[in-house]
Amino acid sequence: MEEREMTMQQALNLALDQALAKDESVFLIGEDITDEAGGGIVGVTAGLSTKYGVDRVLDTPISEAAIVGAAIGAALDGRRPVAEIMIMDFIGIAIDQIANHAAKMRFMTAGRTTSPITVRVAALSGMGTGATHSQSLEHWFMGMPGLKVVVPSSPADAKGLLTTAIFDDDPVVFVETARLLGTRGMVPVDDYAIPFGQANVVRPGTDVTIVTYGRGVPESVTAADELDAEGISVEIIDLRTLVPMDTETVFESVRRTRRAVAVTYSVRFGGPSAEIAATINEHCFGDLAAPVARVGAQFTPIPSASVLEAAHFPDPQRIADAVRRTVGAPATLGS
Amino acid sequence: MAVTTTTRAVPSAEQQRRMYELMTIMKLTDDRLAKGISSGEFLAIYWPHRGQEAIAAALGVVLRPSDHLVTNYRGLHDHIGKGVPVAAIMAELLGKVTAPGMGKGGTLHLSSPEVGSMLSTGIVGAGIPVGVGLALSAKQQGLDRVTATTFGDGATNTGSFHESLNLAAVLNVPVVFVCQNNLYGEKTPVDHAMKVATVAERAAAYGMPGVRVDGNDPDALFAVLSESVDRARSGGGPTLVECMTFRFRGHSFGDNMKYIPPEQLAAAQVKDPVPTYRQRLLDEGVCTDDELVDIETAATAIIDQAVKEAMAAPAPSPDHLRDHVYADDRGMPA
Repeated sequence: MEEREMTMQQALNLALDQALAKDESVFLIGEDITDEAGGGIVGVTAGLSTKYGVDRVLDTPISEAAIVGAAIGAALDGRRPVAEIMIMDFIGIAIDQIANHAAKMRFMTAGRTTSPITVRVAALSGMGTGATHSQSLEHWFMGMPGLKVVVPSSPADAKGLLTTAIFDDDPVVFVETARLLGTRGMVPVDDYAIPFGQANVVRPGTDVTIVTYGRGVPESVTAADELDAEGISVEIIDLRTLVPMDTETVFESVRRTRRAVAVTYSVRFGGPSAEIAATINEHCFGDLAAPVARVGAQFTPIPSASVLEAAHFPDPQRIADAVRRTVGAPATLGS
Repeated sequence: MAVTTTTRAVPSAEQQRRMYELMTIMKLTDDRLAKGISSGEFLAIYWPHRGQEAIAAALGVVLRPSDHLVTNYRGLHDHIGKGVPVAAIMAELLGKVTAPGMGKGGTLHLSSPEVGSMLSTGIVGAGIPVGVGLALSAKQQGLDRVTATTFGDGATNTGSFHESLNLAAVLNVPVVFVCQNNLYGEKTPVDHAMKVATVAERAAAYGMPGVRVDGNDPDALFAVLSESVDRARSGGGPTLVECMTFRFRGHSFGDNMKYIPPEQLAAAQVKDPVPTYRQRLLDEGVCTDDELVDIETAATAIIDQAVKEAMAAPAPSPDHLRDHVYADDRGMPA
């Protein structure tokens, strides 16, 4: 398959473009997503309204509940809507539609009605946007049976996973990490899809397994490079999808390395790392040489000042220290 | 926005007869549920529609089978109007595997897309944006299908209502918003919940027509709903219709209704749409008493049979709890 180097933003745009071209029932709905309105705040939908028309790339008023509700209604009728919630924090306005309708519709009607929507959301950080414009809330959606939750970490994964999301028969919350949108990588140019529930071993290793996704992947790679120089070999697993979660790949790795660190950019307490650690403990307890460690955002709202925001989120230093503690090496941060 | 009606739609004798038939089935279904639960014959929870039958009957006659309906927890009458069999409703309420939701949905969440009853929501106001989406889908596909979304007066104070009416107007989609104003949002009187005098005038804020109509008069409802549905179908966009009515059995069955002044309830019961319409059909010579008795006898038989079937039907098996969560349960969390 032909590949081309592009950014994650371009890869997402290409996935949307190809889905719109392939299937008449696909349409995009959201705020400021047409070219007239700038093609989305981070340009993911740029060019698409010009190419496919404003009947298939619809700008809406600032009405998140109506955006997602309307997407659900259209999906009920067999369409494949892709709704954009400009920034993930705004999802609160639409949470009833996602939690009480999209997620449960198939179940409540014993499969008579379904809501195969994709809700794209952007998770910002590092821009001083503070507590209501910087959150990673994927754990909210992990607690809603019926939803699938996807967080890509690379351009190729972004394209393949978004394609799967759009054509999946269940509702999907698709998290686009804003600071990864400029990441470059080789991406298959033709239509291709990555199945959900297949984790990716980003880096093989032998001493410890880092289980992560999204922004946690590149940050863990940075940490692993540092640890490699100290003689600690780190395996990094990118879950890609939190629901469904490919626990088999995780267990296979942890049984080999006997040590695990879960890394997420959402809160540590009550966040995805809790589920990851719990499931490893349940299934691999006898193989573990150390307790499963967790690295996550601190249990505070997200501050605006850069020095405070840096203290809130994990970073390669903290990830590396968690690994050092897990393998019994001295930590550098002293905590 | 002022609405001028040039030609007022008048129901044919057959449509009037059908509206009475639907109202009778709706009323007797509610009566049968009340009796069955009160006597301990069966256990169920429901939100009575008794008193609001005319709205659902008129809507049922005005909408085409291919049109879509979105309703809510107080929507059993709406489902009956759209063509959902009483047997399906009874099975759903009694939690039987023979129900459309196989015991998973329940009263609040009954849906029957086979007859266009697309969604019933348990969340006040939350069906309104979904109705906009169904209408958007019809418009995108060039279908001449209309979506009617019904909700109570309480729903008109939710953010979903305002977001959705605005979006529907901006997108100019074929939807009719049908407010069944029964004067109470759960236990709070409507005039404690909004400062404007009518729900209908809220339409002006979205640039769409708003009409208030006697929600106990099937013929008046037929006229207003026909006009609104025709407007939507011909590309004229959404309408907000406020149908003035009352609920005789309170919020949910068993409600002691202490918050309703007895004289208000008594006055509303005088205007009970079912016997009132029966008398009109007799007075106008549309039906004979024998014909109306036949309708009532047949309705009773349908409902009794539905209860009998539902009570005899098996409960769902716990083995199927995890079915229908996803299209494919590979990787589904435990």
